[in-house]
Amino acid sequence: MTIAPVVARGKKRPTESIDDQSMLPNSGKGGRAGFWLYLIPGFVLFTVVILIPLVWNIFLSFTEWRGIKPPEFIGLDNWIELSQDAKFWTSFGNSIAMIVAMVIVPTLLGLLLAAMLFDLVGKKFGGRVASFLRATYYLPQILPVAVAAIVIGWILRPENGALNTVLEAVGLGDLQHNWLGSPDTALLSIMFVMVWVQLGYPVVIFMAALQRVDPELYEAAELDGANWLQRFRWITVSIIRPEIFVVTLTCTIAALKVFGPIYTLTRGGPGTSTIVPSYYSYSEFFQNQQVGYGATIATALTVVIVVLTIVFIKAQNRAERAEGNR
Amino acid sequence: MTATIAPELSVAEPEHPLKLRQRKTRRTVGDWLILAAAIVFGALIAAPFVIILINSFKSPADYATSGPLTLPSNLYFDGIAAFWERVNFPEKLWNSFFISGMVAILAVLISVFNAFAIGIGRVKGRTWIIILFLLANMLPQEALLYPLYYMFKQVGLYDNVWSVIIIFTVIQSAFGTYLLSSVYGTFPKEILEAASLDGASRWQILWRVIVPISRPTLAVLVIFFFIWTWNEFLIPLTFLVSNANQTVPVSIAVLQGDRLMDVTTTSASALLGLIPTLIFFLIFQRTLTRGITAGAVK
Repeated sequence: MTIAPVVARGKKRPTESIDDQSMLPNSGKGGRAGFWLYLIPGFVLFTVVILIPLVWNIFLSFTEWRGIKPPEFIGLDNWIELSQDAKFWTSFGNSIAMIVAMVIVPTLLGLLLAAMLFDLVGKKFGGRVASFLRATYYLPQILPVAVAAIVIGWILRPENGALNTVLEAVGLGDLQHNWLGSPDTALLSIMFVMVWVQLGYPVVIFMAALQRVDPELYEAAELDGANWLQRFRWITVSIIRPEIFVVTLTCTIAALKVFGPIYTLTRGGPGTSTIVPSYYSYSEFFQNQQVGYGATIATALTVVIVVLTIVFIKAQNRAERAEGNR
Repeated sequence: MTATIAPELSVAEPEHPLKLRQRKTRRTVGDWLILAAAIVFGALIAAPFVIILINSFKSPADYATSGPLTLPSNLYFDGIAAFWERVNFPEKLWNSFFISGMVAILAVLISVFNAFAIGIGRVKGRTWIIILFLLANMLPQEALLYPLYYMFKQVGLYDNVWSVIIIFTVIQSAFGTYLLSSVYGTFPKEILEAASLDGASRWQILWRVIVPISRPTLAVLVIFFFIWTWNEFLIPLTFLVSNANQTVPVSIAVLQGDRLMDVTTTSASALLGLIPTLIFFLIFQRTLTRGITAGAVK
């Protein structure tokens, strides 16, 4: 259940620049500065729980540390090792598979389903049917992701698992497989779990966004002879583009952070076939006691996420400006 | 198009426009086909829940003979009971409940303080403060994991539910600060001025005016923080190592693949893991589906 934090963008907050003073001018001591008192608890906690650990973790990426004796500074050695570490690159490759499963497939499918529910089902069969179906699609999103993984993992069990039994029953016994236990299908199985979990999120967001679309626009386009697909492409998608950006960004970040399903279902295996950066760093921290190297992986992941976020927000601003000039 | 969320949280039902337009057009065969497709798709998504439900009440022998898709030949509660006792499920429920509840309350409290200074007080550099807080929300938790682990070990809070409560209070309040600041930024000025003229201090205005008026938004935040914290995995897994402190998702996950877990007991464990969140969903369905768009661009 991710919610999209969107950074407030400059020009859109006129109140800030025009009215740059407290809304409570006459009460309390110390004027506007007095409000800093209220930020103290938040800042102290933020510093202790986020800032110090973050800086410390970056520092650790330049050290060799097994968690007991003080860390030993080794310069860029971890980073050089990382750049040549096949396991690390495999883990990033698997992250791309997670992006396919958590961003690309759910966004495209979610667009289609949201348009279908809103446009056809909602209008012709009533809003109640549409919201019931929406709730059904959303159902897997409410589960703790580790539990969601267990649910699907149970169905994919190798001996007498539900999927294999069904395949046998319908005469496709040849397709039976140790889904999570073989290198060729383990990643696909995890991707399947993630699509199932993630799909409801774009559907709900897009359906809310579609409320904004003016029905008259559709009617006008219809009169001009535009078919459903054209209307979908030129009206729906362009109007809800901000939401598409938000969904893509938040889901991409979530995809890069996936940990729970890997931990519960495969522990990165068989071999390294389902390893992801977050699980790799976790196992370096707590199984191999290579804290410095684990910190390097975690720092690399952080850098990727921060850079991606900046690029996304810039691209979105540019797209919005282009839209404004049209 | 600002990134404000405030209206989304208070504005009318989203279903509204759908209802207004429902009887306008005639239904064709194609419409029925699309409805059928949407329903089949929904059934596919719901299928794993149903499969888990029916198999949690089967004996392993029953499962072996009749497979996963039939209803149990007679109701068998031993799998659920076995798992319930094995992990001492009420204790795990309480841990999850206590952690999530404390985080929800504390994180909303911190968010209110922060947002009061940023949204109402409009302190200098507030945009940067908000970006800083958002950072906490974006970061992969792995990047904080080992230092936090080391720090909490040093102060003796490792393997203590309070370590998890403190960490998630900060992470959740980071999002809460972002959201509430924009809500408070549009707070009706006349009300604040009236209270101020009546001689109320800042502290009084915050508690007697601002908090009561923004209560609906705060309630949404409490629900979100509760459920998000309930669903967290990596940090509870790392910090709560002894059985007595584990949360529901962690206690279930660590037992997967255990050789004492037969096939229907495993199914029962998944069932017990999903029931609490299913209950939350049923209670808060409206708030959740309405508020889930909270972060989306308006």
